[in-house]
Amino acid sequence: MRALLAAFLALAVSSALAHKPSDSYLAIRVEGANVSGQWDIAVRDLDFAIGLDDSGDGDITWGEVKAHHTDIAAYALARLKLRSGGADCSARPTEFLVDDHSDGAYSVMRFAASCPGEVTTLDIGYSLFADLDPQHKGLLRLEHGPATRTAIFSPERATQSFELAKISALTQFFDYGREGVWHIWIGFDHILFLLSLLLPAVLVLEGGRWQAVVRFAPAFWEAFKIVTSFTVAHSITLSLAALSVISLPSRLVESAIAISVVLAALNNVFPVVHGRRWMVAFAFGLIHGFGFASVLKDLGLPQGALLVALVGFNLGVEVGQLAIVSLFLPVTYWLRASWFYRRLVFIGGSLAIVAIAGIWLVERAFNLKIISA
Amino acid sequence: MSRSATATRTIRTFIIGTFIDIARALTIASFAAAAQAAPYVPKNDAAVLERLAVRPGDPVARELRRLRAELSLDPRDLDVALRLAERYFELAGAEGDPRYTGYAQAVLKPWWDLPDAPIGARVMRAIVKQYSHDFSGALRDLEAATREDPENALAWSWRAAIHMVQADYDAARADCEVLRAIETELGAVACMAYVDGTTGKAAAAHRALSAALARDAGVSSAVKAWVLTRLAEMSLRQGDAKKTEESFRSALALGVRDQFLLAAWADFLLDQRRPAEVVALLRNWVPSDVLLLRLALAEKVLDAPAAKEHIQALEARFDAAALRGDKLHLQEEARFNLYLLGQKEKALALAQENWKSQREPRDARILLEAALAVSNRSAAKEALDWLERSGHEDPRLRQTAEKLNALKP
Repeated sequence: MRALLAAFLALAVSSALAHKPSDSYLAIRVEGANVSGQWDIAVRDLDFAIGLDDSGDGDITWGEVKAHHTDIAAYALARLKLRSGGADCSARPTEFLVDDHSDGAYSVMRFAASCPGEVTTLDIGYSLFADLDPQHKGLLRLEHGPATRTAIFSPERATQSFELAKISALTQFFDYGREGVWHIWIGFDHILFLLSLLLPAVLVLEGGRWQAVVRFAPAFWEAFKIVTSFTVAHSITLSLAALSVISLPSRLVESAIAISVVLAALNNVFPVVHGRRWMVAFAFGLIHGFGFASVLKDLGLPQGALLVALVGFNLGVEVGQLAIVSLFLPVTYWLRASWFYRRLVFIGGSLAIVAIAGIWLVERAFNLKIISA
Repeated sequence: MSRSATATRTIRTFIIGTFIDIARALTIASFAAAAQAAPYVPKNDAAVLERLAVRPGDPVARELRRLRAELSLDPRDLDVALRLAERYFELAGAEGDPRYTGYAQAVLKPWWDLPDAPIGARVMRAIVKQYSHDFSGALRDLEAATREDPENALAWSWRAAIHMVQADYDAARADCEVLRAIETELGAVACMAYVDGTTGKAAAAHRALSAALARDAGVSSAVKAWVLTRLAEMSLRQGDAKKTEESFRSALALGVRDQFLLAAWADFLLDQRRPAEVVALLRNWVPSDVLLLRLALAEKVLDAPAAKEHIQALEARFDAAALRGDKLHLQEEARFNLYLLGQKEKALALAQENWKSQREPRDARILLEAALAVSNRSAAKEALDWLERSGHEDPRLRQTAEKLNALKP
């Protein structure tokens, strides 16, 4: 009966296996001659391969994984061959993190590799765990410019070759432009700064009291001056920082941005500077430019097309900004005389901005997490 | 393509992309507070990332270490390799973790591609192959093994089991015939009753199998649970819900952790419209895909709040399987699409694909039900033919088939 049971039971079990088989997730991005990647490998698989559970208690802690990061990098990168134009692109780890996938914890290794020249064909050889678990698969996501491709590596398909399409300067320009638009829209600190300065554009301070402007033209020109000087200022520092002429620590920059938002909003409630808000926009715009630059650096600047990317990104930021202003200004102009606008939106809104930016300031300056930013 | 056409296309992509970005920005803005999944650095060193199912101090782990060490001295020692592979298979079943079948395959590497591998290696190789649903490859190895060693009960049993999955009942019967001479009495009877119970002779099969079980006093709990589950299925096919429940309850009372038993019992309860009991039974079985499906089905009927989260979890798991190109859970995925997502056409396509490799009664059932959901009789033709040919009795399948046959062509 043992044999029969073994067969029939196992057959039932094979369709009832609770877990998913072993996979790793490999994301690779190619920019010119540079390759950057992120490799998520299951902690359980790494433990089976090189042993992580030093304490031998069956629990694998972050401390144990951390102690083995050098081993993990050596083991994994020895089983990933990146080649371009017949030469190896040697990879080195840059950062170690952890992520939770649907079937457990994964060690996340970010890495960078440099190839001898611009990559036109990338050959990838993948042999992770091939000797231990032939059913293991590597799931690749390959990004190059706007194109993303996927592939599955297994012992049967261990080496695969990827032709990378030539990216035109125009595509690159629009790519970075989109990133710029995208960044201003999700960069709430920049938006709030701009809104703080634009809120009073449809009002005018007379004898210590805010009055609605009579015509649209002055409001428009006020907004125009603010947006233009903000743009000019952050373009200057964005370019300087992106070209590595100046570099400031990001904690300082982020904190200063938060201060700029607090001050700009506070100025609406307790007016100190008025009439020359474009100068405020210019001064603080210089700081915001450093913030944009760090985003651009995270995106990775293409070696051959630095200027295209820089101009594209910057124009993208302006387009995103103009879209916000062109929606915001008519609405505030229309509402400007109402109690709703002058008390609730203008004063209440400014105070809310002060509060939010104040929390950011504390978070950024002291490296805390209070609200999600 | 001309330069201007390329430029136009690029600008169009930019504009469309920008609109997508607006939607994304708005979504992100509205969910800004909701945590997004992203790699992170754990807060402290003591944070436990993973708990190993097999702890290093367990006797199983010690034995695995010993066998691995022995094998590393001589990877071609077939005896040690087979023992290690066997341990891995047991773990795959006990932990429900397919990684162990991969480890077993690695152990068998020296013999994996050998056309004339020793019998032991061939049988093990067949077992690995059937795990990844390579049934024809598995049968080739098993046929060779039984030719060479006609007394190999394990190989004959696997042949019978795979022939049953393929609905090749004549071949399965022939395998059971051989087992009569080399298996225990209960084993031989169980084999034949499994075939008879599926092919329209459930009453006789039930009588034979319960008598054989009564005669064999010394069986293990695992064997007894398996036999009782089969008896429950046979009663159900005769339309006797009361007797079905009795057999299931005796099996459960044995205290064996058997996912297949739990799944069959949960299906019975769902059919009997007793979803609350399914929730109580499977609440702690979320890690198992198969049991989570039953749990979510019950929660959906009850309109329970956990249903949504469990449906999302299942979707994530099916997506992960699709990413790696797996087609091992098509039957469950079809059921998931039909009853939890309401994606009838997709469910039907999955059920049809599933039928190509798996032809057990439950595979027929989902194909019939998916076809009925979209009123497409011809899509279920193969399952209808199977029902006719096999004489399978399950009243529920018969009713579904009747409804399909009543459809206007």
